[in-house]
Amino acid sequence: MALTSQDIARVANLARLELRPDETEHTLSQINGFFALVEQMEAVNTEGVEPLAHPAAVIGEVALRLREDIASEPNQREASQVSAPAVENGLFLVPKVIE
Amino acid sequence: MSAGTPNNTNTALHELGVAQLAAKLAARAVSSVEATQHFLARIQQEQLGAFLATDASVSLAQARAADARLAAGERTPLLGVPLAHKDVFVTRDFPTTAGSKILENYRSPFDATVVSQLGVAQGAGMVTLGKLNCDEFAMGSGNDNSAYKPVKNPWDMSRIPGGSSGGSAAAVAARLVPAATGTDTGGSIRQPASLTGITGIKPTYGRCSRYGMVAFASSLDQAGPMARSALDCALLLSAMAGPDPDRDSTSLDLPAVDYAAELLAARPAGAGDKPLKGLRIGLPTQFFGAGCAPDVLAAVRGALAEYEKLGATLVDVSLPLTELSIPVYYVIAPAEASSNLSRFDGVRYGHRAAQYTDLNDMYKKSRSEGFGDEATRRIMIGTYVLSHGYYDAYYLKAQKIRRLIAQDFQTAFTQCDIIAGPVSPTVAWKIGEKSDDPVANYLADIYTLSSSLAGLPGMSVPAGFGAGGMPVGLQLIGNYFKEAQLLGTAHQFQLATDWHLRQPPSL
Repeated sequence: MALTSQDIARVANLARLELRPDETEHTLSQINGFFALVEQMEAVNTEGVEPLAHPAAVIGEVALRLREDIASEPNQREASQVSAPAVENGLFLVPKVIE
Repeated sequence: MSAGTPNNTNTALHELGVAQLAAKLAARAVSSVEATQHFLARIQQEQLGAFLATDASVSLAQARAADARLAAGERTPLLGVPLAHKDVFVTRDFPTTAGSKILENYRSPFDATVVSQLGVAQGAGMVTLGKLNCDEFAMGSGNDNSAYKPVKNPWDMSRIPGGSSGGSAAAVAARLVPAATGTDTGGSIRQPASLTGITGIKPTYGRCSRYGMVAFASSLDQAGPMARSALDCALLLSAMAGPDPDRDSTSLDLPAVDYAAELLAARPAGAGDKPLKGLRIGLPTQFFGAGCAPDVLAAVRGALAEYEKLGATLVDVSLPLTELSIPVYYVIAPAEASSNLSRFDGVRYGHRAAQYTDLNDMYKKSRSEGFGDEATRRIMIGTYVLSHGYYDAYYLKAQKIRRLIAQDFQTAFTQCDIIAGPVSPTVAWKIGEKSDDPVANYLADIYTLSSSLAGLPGMSVPAGFGAGGMPVGLQLIGNYFKEAQLLGTAHQFQLATDWHLRQPPSL
């Protein structure tokens, strides 16, 4: 199953990426080359097999632990905003979203 | 090291490994400041593109702090020894870019857990010399996906050093640092270690905290040390490993181990010249097929013959889904990457486009300008395989095959203690050779992906040389939590061989 340039445009929008027209063609052929490889997965019988998320779970239960819901970090607003593209009065600036 | 003027003694500091340098520091024969200055001077001259950031004043302040601890009588195994970090570990005192333009000039407000565990303020007392180049967001096998500059292999400047921890590998091989941190998602410690003739270990998934590692594929990412010898890696791993209960819910609830002590004690009394008697090394038939270049196979077979001399027995095992590990990995890793990289939105940190019409346009332009080709490609693949209607066919299917791959390893480990084979099917290739052929790059990861998917610990150990005099690594894969056995097996090999002591002719 080959992807089309419409698929590429749809996925780029979902991923919030903007591809130039020449990039779209190139990306399309590379991704289709890649999916030719992925098709091999179809041949594997996975009936009744549970998906594996934490690799060590293959030998036993892995409990993902929780911690108490309390603030454990000091307030580092200034250090955290040093790398922000636009900040005013300690707030992150974004384009207007609500008219 | 020839005796002579103090100057000559300093010239040779970079010839020392971690353990040797630590001994010299402990004996106060050299100070951490002197060692740090020596390595910084070498780094300033480097032509490999291995470093993305240095800051002499920061490094020297850390060295003075280490010297103060030494002067106060502290004697711990890594105190005062310099190292450098792959640029995916966030650091408060150096910029962190993950090799991406989107994080140019990023300053983290905190240190990664691994960085602070190794560091001088709260940890083992190592001095940070700077940040090491890597493929953008650790996505690549040649370090040619760095947004800043490619890294060159010190064995041949026209070749890649491997990736994604290519800066780490090149810096250790060129004696710019005694050791470095790396990260391994699908082979990114083992493959560059193999291609530059150094030693590197990816521990069991969850052994080291991922807190403060710029996330690529969270169910695969793992930190590990890269150095010249298994002993040096053991010293570093002891400081890096351990649970991080409040900050990484996937970190394993297992105490840190003194790997170096275990490794030095590993030689059983009376074993004579057969220290590995009883060790069964499994050779997966799928790792020794036509896909592996003859020069690489010859070096690997030579290393296995050495293991037989040391008392180990070789047994054939099977990992039938080895080829499938490529599509499975390249579905799962991009899926997780597309999710992890969604945080780069041009709002809280990172690049923001200069011109845009509205919020959505700002996201799109900022991300498209900030991400390089490979990151973009993987975000696209990942978004597609997670999208409505495709999730079951791709992502879920891949996670199911992942379980089968992990189960195959468990079957193999009923017949052997350690699995061995090549790391990479070829020696290091020429820079630019595979730049525009992502699938060719993916196929070259065949021997490292399956153990990554299974979350098993794996190593690369220098095993000889192949075509063009380029280094070849032997891969050793252990069962879960068996890092000590893995390091011990490598250490016995390094006691009997000198491949790990060879250095690039240009040095």
